[in-house]
Amino acid sequence: VKHTGVLVRSVEEVMKSRREFLKCAATGAALMGTHSSLGWAEALGPQKRSGRSRVVVARDAGLRVQGSQPDEKGVLALLDKAMAVYTGRDKPVEAWQRMVPRGTVVGLKVNGLGGRGIATHAVLILAICERLQRAGVPAGNIIVWDRNARDLAACGMSINSDGGRVRCYGSDSAGFEDRAVQCGAAQLRLSKILTRDCGMVISVPILKDHNMSGLTFSMKNMYGVVDRPFLLHANNCNPGVADVNALAAVRDKVRFTIGDVLASVYEGGPVFSPEHFWRPNALVVGEDRVAVDCTALDMLDRKRVEEGLPTLKGSGREPKYIATAADAMHKLGTNDPRRIQLMEV
Amino acid sequence: MRTLRNWKAVSAVVALAAVFLAAGCRKAKTDVFPESGMVAGWQKTGDTRTYAAKDLWQYIDGEAEKYISAGVVSASTADYKYQDKLEAIVDVYTMSNAAGAAKLFDANPAKDASRVPLGDAGVAHAQSVSFRKGPYVVRIVAYESAPETQLALMALARAIEAKL
Repeated sequence: VKHTGVLVRSVEEVMKSRREFLKCAATGAALMGTHSSLGWAEALGPQKRSGRSRVVVARDAGLRVQGSQPDEKGVLALLDKAMAVYTGRDKPVEAWQRMVPRGTVVGLKVNGLGGRGIATHAVLILAICERLQRAGVPAGNIIVWDRNARDLAACGMSINSDGGRVRCYGSDSAGFEDRAVQCGAAQLRLSKILTRDCGMVISVPILKDHNMSGLTFSMKNMYGVVDRPFLLHANNCNPGVADVNALAAVRDKVRFTIGDVLASVYEGGPVFSPEHFWRPNALVVGEDRVAVDCTALDMLDRKRVEEGLPTLKGSGREPKYIATAADAMHKLGTNDPRRIQLMEV
Repeated sequence: MRTLRNWKAVSAVVALAAVFLAAGCRKAKTDVFPESGMVAGWQKTGDTRTYAAKDLWQYIDGEAEKYISAGVVSASTADYKYQDKLEAIVDVYTMSNAAGAAKLFDANPAKDASRVPLGDAGVAHAQSVSFRKGPYVVRIVAYESAPETQLALMALARAIEAKL
């Protein structure tokens, strides 16, 4: 992992002033209804107890791309904008400070399964690492992780276990717990990075069409924390995705999503499909993983229709696991649009 | 009686061998990946990795079932670079027979594809070339788009086709 000091830019530069921030949020917000029922956002800032799950979609249509990576300053500014709107704080560093209890090891579960062309962008990962460090999290208390070294390389990350810097390694080297847990009908072993190394996890997926589940984003990203994810593929990954997210370690430790929608594939996923490649230049953040996935589904479906394709439901790949995750058995969040406070900036 | 038992045993061994050869024993063609310099401008930048059908999820979890249902035996993959301008990945899927290759290849016809004279059927997009030949399905994908991308991909594809 590269040292991220070069990415530092003052929050004040990004947001300029609270007035400008409020203007930005107010003009960009599109409230559909909703609530932060899971409690974490309340700790982050002055988010009202509205009974709704807040999801922020932050966009920058002018984001420049250098090679395959978006402009790092632009991505950092976008991250700051998303977090500022989500927390209602004009200084995102303050939000980050409240987000992570002192001494907590923070894992960033990224997603490089699709290969280099459609993996969580390194510039976003480094921007999150930068902000966490600015908020006082020691570099060695940050772990960037995924299934294996190949997936991390696809994200543009290199392996590092030196505790003096941001750590980066896969479950292939950390291993899995010996004792399996029951996940629906499957017996699976959890990554030790999740169970032992991290105190909390931020899910950092990349939005993709998925051949089986329809959509892969926040919740589907958790297939990368178990040893044999293929056992959860039956019935279009339903209830597999909901079941794996309902496992105690996943439910309790994965507390936030910073979703990479800087680039995406709207068809032909989950692997890189340049024929269906698309740059929404957006981030989707939220605490409620179900609401986040609902929002992402809407974005993907809109793009599909724009390209003359049927929606995922129309193509027989509706991600039904989203409704399952919201049901009375799983209670992972809400898929009711009236209970989602969508803020687009 | 003893001769009959021997005959049954021999028959069983022959039958098993036939099934094994017909269905599961087709080996991945790993030598179809051109070495650096064999195709003008192209460098092979990593080792060839091969996944048996049962391990395919490690490479393309979520996609693996699609290939398995079409009868994939194995998948081999390698990374390439073209004149420091673009990088690409080559996947060669070995199916149990040509019908499986056709099933897989025809499953997702993409719009804007142009047909190209490669193998039994081939298509090209701005950043990818795919074709099937006998039991093999080949897909070459470039990560970047450059003016020479399609010509370069076609040159690499022809070299691979010649080895199949």
